[in-house]
Amino acid sequence: MTLEELAKIRAEKADLVAVRRLVKEKAEEMAAKTSYRKQVLICGGTGCTSSGSKHVVDALEEALKESKLEKEVLLVKTGCFGLCALGPIMIVYPEGAFYSQITPEGARRVVKEHLAQGGSVVKELLYQETVHTDGSIISLSETQFYKKQMRVALRNCGVISPEDIDEYIAVDGYQALAKVLTSMTPDDVIREVTASGLRGRGGGGFPTGKKWAFARASEGDMKYVCCNADEGDPGAFMDRSILEGDPHCVLEAMAIAAYAIGAQRGYVYIRAEYPIAVQRLAIALTQARAHGLLGNNIFGTTFSFDIEIRLGAGAFVCGEETALMTSIEGHRGEPRPRPPFPAVKGLFGKPTVLNNVETYANVCPIILKGSKWYSSIGTATSKGTKVFAVGGKITNIGLVEIPMGTTLREIIEEIGGGIPDGKKFKAAQTGGPSGGCIPACHIDTPIDYDSLLALGSMMGSGGLIVLDEDTCMVDISKFYLEFTVAESCGKCTPCRIGTRRLLQYLEKITSGHGEPEDLEKIEELALHMKSSSLCALGQTASNPVLSTIKYFRDEYVAHIEDKSCPSKVCKDLIVYEIDPSKCRGCTKCARLCPVGAIAGSPKQMHVIDREKCIKCGLCMRNCNFDAVYTR
Amino acid sequence: MEEKFVHTFKGTLTQEHQLKELIETYRTLPGGLMPVLQQAQGIYGYLPIEVQTMIAEGLGISLSEVYGVATFYSQFTLVPKGIYRISVCLGTACYVKGSAKILETIETKLGIKSGECTPDGLFSIDSTRCVGACGLAPVIMVNEEVYGKVTPAQAEAIIESYIEKGGRTE
Repeated sequence: MTLEELAKIRAEKADLVAVRRLVKEKAEEMAAKTSYRKQVLICGGTGCTSSGSKHVVDALEEALKESKLEKEVLLVKTGCFGLCALGPIMIVYPEGAFYSQITPEGARRVVKEHLAQGGSVVKELLYQETVHTDGSIISLSETQFYKKQMRVALRNCGVISPEDIDEYIAVDGYQALAKVLTSMTPDDVIREVTASGLRGRGGGGFPTGKKWAFARASEGDMKYVCCNADEGDPGAFMDRSILEGDPHCVLEAMAIAAYAIGAQRGYVYIRAEYPIAVQRLAIALTQARAHGLLGNNIFGTTFSFDIEIRLGAGAFVCGEETALMTSIEGHRGEPRPRPPFPAVKGLFGKPTVLNNVETYANVCPIILKGSKWYSSIGTATSKGTKVFAVGGKITNIGLVEIPMGTTLREIIEEIGGGIPDGKKFKAAQTGGPSGGCIPACHIDTPIDYDSLLALGSMMGSGGLIVLDEDTCMVDISKFYLEFTVAESCGKCTPCRIGTRRLLQYLEKITSGHGEPEDLEKIEELALHMKSSSLCALGQTASNPVLSTIKYFRDEYVAHIEDKSCPSKVCKDLIVYEIDPSKCRGCTKCARLCPVGAIAGSPKQMHVIDREKCIKCGLCMRNCNFDAVYTR
Repeated sequence: MEEKFVHTFKGTLTQEHQLKELIETYRTLPGGLMPVLQQAQGIYGYLPIEVQTMIAEGLGISLSEVYGVATFYSQFTLVPKGIYRISVCLGTACYVKGSAKILETIETKLGIKSGECTPDGLFSIDSTRCVGACGLAPVIMVNEEVYGKVTPAQAEAIIESYIEKGGRTE
C-alpha cells in the first residue's frame, strides 16, 4: 500500500466514523453527507456477549431486513464501551442514544419506533442517566461515568468496527507508522517515546523509551518485538478490551517498535481464554497483511515486519517477561534469571522488546500528537492515562480510563457510582495477586505508579477491585495466596515453599487456630521471599498479606485473639443462630436444612444445633422473616 | 480398596490422521510444541499418554519434555472432561461476590470435586481464572454458555436443566 492509497481509504470512510464522535447537531449534519441515515453500534466484546448481545444482533439484523432498512441503517459490532454492568449496550447515532441492558424484544422495538423513517428515541429503554428530568437526552460524555474519563488507549474502543481495517484507517490508523517510516529515524522514534514519559502499563512501570533504546543498542542479526497479552490478573480485562475493540492499534505500535529497535519479527502472546480477542486479532493480522501494512517493504520502504499469534495455555507466571518468552519457545513457562535482560538476550536468545497491550495502545497517539501533548497529561512521574477494570462491590462495573493523578474517590464515588446496597467502602485492591489494598483512609490519594507503591500496593496491570464492609481482609489475602500457590511455577524455592507456608499461616488464622506470633512470622517470611525469589511472582506474592496486615491489623487480631471474623466470612469462626423475637415457627428452615440441624415444632421458636450445623447458610438465605443471623 | 475409574484410550484412525497432519505443519516451527498440544487437545478432547507419545515421536523430542509441558499449563488435561464442562469463575470480582459458595453448591450437587468428572461422563467441574465477564459476577459457564449473577439456588437449577437434557448437546 502507498501513502496515497492510505489517504484515499481514510477520506472515503472519515465522515461515516466521525458521526460517532461528534455532538448531536454536528453529527446530524455529518450523517447527512454519508449514505447511512442511522448507525447502530452494538458491543460485541466479551462482557456484552456474555449478557447476550449476540441475540440482540440477530434480532436487529432480522428486524432491519423485515422493515427494509438495511440500506439506510448501518449495524456495527464494536468493542467495549466500558459500562459492562449495563450490557448489552447499543448506541444509535447521530443522536447518540444510549440503550442499556437491551433485549432482543427491545431491539425490535427500537427498529420499529426509532430507526424507522420519522421515528424517535425510545426513552424507556435508554440508560436512565442519559435522560434529563425534563425528558431531554444528555450526551454520553456528560454522564457521571464518562465525564471524568479521558480516552487515549481506548480511543477507538466502542467507536469503530474492530473487524474492518478501513474503519481503523478512517480514524488515523497506520498514519503513525507511515510518519515513522517516511520521516523519522529509529533514534527519533525512541527520543519521542522517551520524551513522552510513557511507562510500562503491565505493572512494573519501566520507561518504554529506555527499554527500546537498550534493545536498539544490542547487536543482533535477528531481533524480536513481543506483545504481552497474557492478562492473568484475576478481575482485570483492560488488555482484552483493547484487543477486542481496536486490535490494529496494537499491531501498528508493534511495527513502530520493530522499526525503532531494528526487529524483523513479532509475536503476540495471548491468553487462550480470550476467544473473541484472539479471533479479532487474527482477522486484523490478515487484513493488515492484505493491505501490505505488515510484510515486506511496508509503504515501499526497506522496512519489513510480520507478526505471529501464540496462544497461552493458562499459566499466570507467563505474564512475567522471561517466562512468556520461554513459553513462546515451546517450553514450560518458567522464568529465567535476569540479567541478561531480554533487550540483550530474549526470545530465542536474541535481543527482544516486550511490552504490554496497553503500553502499545499509547504509542500511535504519541507519534501523531507528539510527546509534549502526552506528557502534559498525568502527574510528575507518571504521564498519560491508565485504564482500570473496576469490579467487585461497585455500581458501575466496567472499564474506565482516567488521567494519572485522578483520585480513588473520583473513580469510586463519581465514575463508579458508589457502593451498591448502601454498604460502606472498605478498601480497593489494585495490582491483583502482586498488589495490595488501599484502605478507605487513603481514598483521596492521586493514583500514579509511585503513590500506589508508597501505600504498599502497586499499579499492576489495572485491575481495581472494590471491597465493602462485607469483605473479610484476611479471607481476601488467603484468596490471593491460594492463587499464587497454584500459579507458582516451582522453579525457585522461596516462591514454591514460601507461598505455601504463607497460605498455611492464613488457613491457621481463618480456622481459629492463629497465634499472636504468627503475624511476625508472616512478615519475616515475606521479607525473605521478596529478596530471594527469582521473578516478580514470588517477590510480590506476599504483598496482599502485608498490606492487609498494615491497614487491617485489627481484623487479623480479631481472628487470632477473639477467634471471630468481624465481616462474618470465615466459616469456622461464625455461628448461625435464630432470633427468638423474629422466628414465627414456619418450619421452612428446618425442612430445608440438609443435615437436620434445626429443631422446632410449627409455630414454635426453632433452634440450630451448633454441633450438627455445617454453616451452609441455606436457612439464612431462605428465612422469610430475617430471623437467622450469624455472629 | 475403592476401585479407580480408568479411562481407556479410544482414539480413531481419523483422529490419528489429523494429528499427523498437525505435527507435519508445526514440525519445523520454532516453539511448535504448544500449538501442537493445543490443537491435539482439540482433536481428542484431552491429552492421554498415547497422544503425547505420538507427538513426541512426530516432533522428535522426548516424551518427558512433552509431558512436562502438558502438565505445566492448566489448559491441558490428561483426563477426559464431561459432556457438560462446568467452569466456575474464581476471579477476584466473582470471588468477592460469592463464587466460592457457588462452586461448593455445584460440587455437593454432583458429588464430585473441582477438576473431576462424574462417572457417567456427563459433568466435569473446573474452577477457572477470570473469564472477563466481571460485570456479571459471579459467573459460571457450561461449555460455552455463560450464566451471570448466579445465586446458589440458580446454580442448582442450571445443573438440573442439564441433567434433564441428558447427553444431548444440541
